[in-house]
Order: sequence, then C-alpha cells, then structure tokens
Amino acid sequence: MPAIQSPVTEEEVHPDVALVAQAKAGDKVAFEQLVRQYERQIFRVAQHITQNREDAEDITQDAFLKAYEKLDQFQGNSKFSTWLVRIAVNESLMRLRKRKTSKTVSMDEDVQTEEGSIPRDFAEWRPNPEQQYNQAELADILRKTIQGLPPGFRTVFTLRDVENLSTEETAEALGLSVPAVKSRLLRARLQLRERLSRYFRQRQEGQPA
Amino acid sequence: MNCTDLLSHLSDYFDNELSPELREEVRTHTAGCQHCKVVLDTTHQTIEVYKDNEIYEVSTELRERLHTAIMSKCIGR
Repeated sequence: MPAIQSPVTEEEVHPDVALVAQAKAGDKVAFEQLVRQYERQIFRVAQHITQNREDAEDITQDAFLKAYEKLDQFQGNSKFSTWLVRIAVNESLMRLRKRKTSKTVSMDEDVQTEEGSIPRDFAEWRPNPEQQYNQAELADILRKTIQGLPPGFRTVFTLRDVENLSTEETAEALGLSVPAVKSRLLRARLQLRERLSRYFRQRQEGQPA
Repeated sequence: MNCTDLLSHLSDYFDNELSPELREEVRTHTAGCQHCKVVLDTTHQTIEVYKDNEIYEVSTELRERLHTAIMSKCIGR
C-alpha cells in the first residue's frame, strides 16, 4: 500500500510576521523597516479622515509611537498593517472629536442619513473625467468631493477603495461588523457618485460647461 | 431583479461577491434599464477615479521629515 503523502500545508507567511518578531525582540532596524513600509499609508489614511495635513503628520507619529509601545500586545491574529491602521483611525477620529467639540464624531454617526442613497443623476460621464480635466484639477475635485462626505463614510471608502483593504480588514480596523462596513461603503460610493456627477456629467447641448 | 434590488447588490457586484446567477441578473437588468446602467457605470468610474489618482501626494521632503520624526519619537535618535 503506497504511503499516503500528506499534502504540504505551507501557509504563506506574511513577511511582516518575521519583522514584527524581530522588532519585539528589540531589533530597531526591523522596526524601522516596518515604519518605512507603512508610513505613507498611515499618513494618507490620517489625512483622508482629518482632512488636515498638520493633524495627519502628528497622528502618523503618534500612531507609530503607540504601535511601538504596544508591540508586545500585538498578538498576530490580524495583519500588522491592519492593526496599525486601526490605531491610526482611532487617533484620527479622536482628533476630529477634539476639533469639533460640539459635535460627536464616531463611526456610528451619520448612518441615519439617506442623502445620496437613492440615485438622482442619470447622466453618463462623457468624456472620461481624465479627459475632461487635467491632473491637478481632477485631484482638486476629488479632494473637495470626498471632504463633503460624513467622516464615517469617508473612512470606510478610504480604507476599502483607496487603500485596498478587504471588507474584513476594514471591519477589523474600524471595529465594525462586515454588514455595517458593506452598508456604509455602498452609501459612500453612491454619495460620491452623485456629487461627482455635477462635474463629470455629460453636458446637454447648449448647456454651459 | 428590479432597480431597488440592483442597488442593494451594487457593492457586491463591484467586489466580485455576487453568485454567477445574480451577476447575470444584474447584467440582464442593466441591459434593459438605462438609469441603472448609468448608475452602475458611473459608480464604477467613481471607484476607479479615486484608485487611480493619489489626491494627497506625499513628497520626498515630507516623507523624510515624517520618517525622522517617527524614529526619533520611538527610538530617540
């Protein structure tokens, strides 16, 4: 009887796992490598949520400091990057709360609003946005448009569609359920679509651009 | 599938989380409903335009400053 070969069950180990283990053991070079890998992403996330460059710089520094201090508590149940994003999101939301003392800012607010959930603009985008505007103009429109979204929607959209986190990773980073992420993401996408249509919609003949 | 159903499946459609049957229903519906076709197309364009354009550029100068600040906070150098 031939021996049954057990299938090779080499699960792919994320390269961060080794770096995190080294950093935990006090290897500063390994920690610096992790910083290099994620500093831009963390900065972008913080800037998207706070819409403020100085805040985003502070948050990025604070998030890495927190991660460094709490490295021992990182269990490796999630990806290191997701854990880091979670720290940065919490710092960013805290910063927003401080800025708007009269208004609470949390992932739970704004979910009641129906604005943009029902599409109203049915014009095609022609020509493509890239053909209608140069890069600087386009970036300006995209910034202005995402700024108008409630923070809870903006954050979900940023993690999923800008930073390409999976739905599960986004849920983990935000402390939300998967269905909650999906519902916010749909509304964020629809609201952005509706707002961008004002710029990109095909003009009717005789209508000013 | 009606327009409301389509809307509720829209995100799953883009995230490739729909069953082949439902994907087909989406295609059938949009083939006969111009409004839903536009919503589907322009929502797709919305996602793509944000993916393709980095709206907050991190300059080399900013990145270096940030990196130095992080390392000096964490490790003190």
